[in-house]
Amino acid sequence: MLLRSLHFTGEEAPPFTLKGSLFTLTVLHLFQLDRAALERHLAEKIKQAPSFFNNTPVVIDLEGMTDSPEGLDFNGLYELLRAHGMVPVGIRNGTPMQQAAARLAGLPALPESRPANNGKKPERTEAMRSRIVNHPIRSGQQIYAAEGDLIVVGAVSAGAEVIADGNIHIYGALRGRALAGVRGAIETRIFCQSLEAELVSIAGRYQISEQIDPTDRGKATQIHLVEDRLIIEHLNR
Amino acid sequence: MATIIVVTSGKGGVGKTTTSASFATGLAQRGYRTVVIDFDVGLRNLDLIMGCERRVVYDFVNVINNEANLNQALIRDKRVENLYILPASQTRDKEALTKEGVERVLNELKAGFDYIVCDSPAGIERGALMALYFADQALVVTNPEVSSVRDSDRILGILASKSLRAEQGDEPVKEYLVLARYAPERADRGDMLSVNDVLEILGIPLLGVIPESQTVLQSSNAGVPVILEDSSEAGAAYSDLVDRFLGKDLPHRFTSAQKKGFLQRLFGGS
Repeated sequence: MLLRSLHFTGEEAPPFTLKGSLFTLTVLHLFQLDRAALERHLAEKIKQAPSFFNNTPVVIDLEGMTDSPEGLDFNGLYELLRAHGMVPVGIRNGTPMQQAAARLAGLPALPESRPANNGKKPERTEAMRSRIVNHPIRSGQQIYAAEGDLIVVGAVSAGAEVIADGNIHIYGALRGRALAGVRGAIETRIFCQSLEAELVSIAGRYQISEQIDPTDRGKATQIHLVEDRLIIEHLNR
Repeated sequence: MATIIVVTSGKGGVGKTTTSASFATGLAQRGYRTVVIDFDVGLRNLDLIMGCERRVVYDFVNVINNEANLNQALIRDKRVENLYILPASQTRDKEALTKEGVERVLNELKAGFDYIVCDSPAGIERGALMALYFADQALVVTNPEVSSVRDSDRILGILASKSLRAEQGDEPVKEYLVLARYAPERADRGDMLSVNDVLEILGIPLLGVIPESQTVLQSSNAGVPVILEDSSEAGAAYSDLVDRFLGKDLPHRFTSAQKKGFLQRLFGGS
């Protein structure tokens, strides 16, 4: 009875859960399926590091196959590797025919681990669209950062205008106009080390100098939109 | 090879020509072959302040138009050796200043001089643009008031974007601040911007503070660059400025209000 009841409680709680996890696996890059040569080289490797070949799981990578016979003998390969202390757990790359043959031998095709990044240039990222200006923006100058953030290392003078589709960061005093999110991005913000602006605007909602609370003037601030209202927050409180 | 220095400000009446005259005179006094060019075509003033207006035969525009050669147009200063003046034309306008013409004249001058001082007209139009276009260094003259500082800021932006150095992506024009007509007592009272206020807004190195002084007006009417008035505060300030430009490390004078002595207060001297 005791066993029975235990059995029942076992049914209440599921006997397993599925979770993703990452493993480091040894990959065997196969260049040609020459049984004799394989055996010879494997024996040599085992001599060098016998402890390594102790039921070690391996993935067989077919990318480097010089001759690509459609019907690879995966059963034979499986036996050969098993006999040398390796346990094949799957294959990588290879033609669809090879993958089908591997599946029949109980070896699933694993997805490529280096997607898209193989020898190609890295994608242009958000960060690279930022425009960085390393000098002060003087009266009468206008700087626009299209499709990204504008970062100014220096002050923005009265009579100058800084505009960005993204956020605006000013490492200096903001004395001119700053317009962030000019193409309507309401989540954009303006950051400055000293708020002395003539005008600040986010996604078209603006405040002019007169409307800025005198207690915010000269302070390090960030400005953002909350429910369509410009909020000025002090940094380093 | 000569260094080209523009004296500019954006705003008019702040002391560009006074500064150009004294700065060029100071460089020449220290042994450098110096020429000062008046870019204010149509409103020529530099020759008056340098006291050589009665010796003008040919001018800058004549040289640009090949109507005279440089030797005919350059006026040698009578008081200071190594100092030459290239006056502006009073009868033309600034359209006469072509980029090619100005460049040709400057290149010719470069061969014979150490320093070429370009006295810019006010504004940000052709005359001012031509005066600063070829500059290696700039003296930006500002008065301690908001509008003057704003205009200087604008000029600094133009130096950083429209000069030859900016266009070619060379090392940027070296910028120096000259704060003229400064009255420490009024700055202390808050009637005027202080030296620090101006420096904070413009953010360029301070080359000199020239105190507000009657001597400037008197000497300019007399056609004597104020730097030659050794005993005056303004003259001494310009002297310091030239030394600083040439690399001497001097403390700034005339930036704080002097406590008036008993006798001075009694007799109201200033």
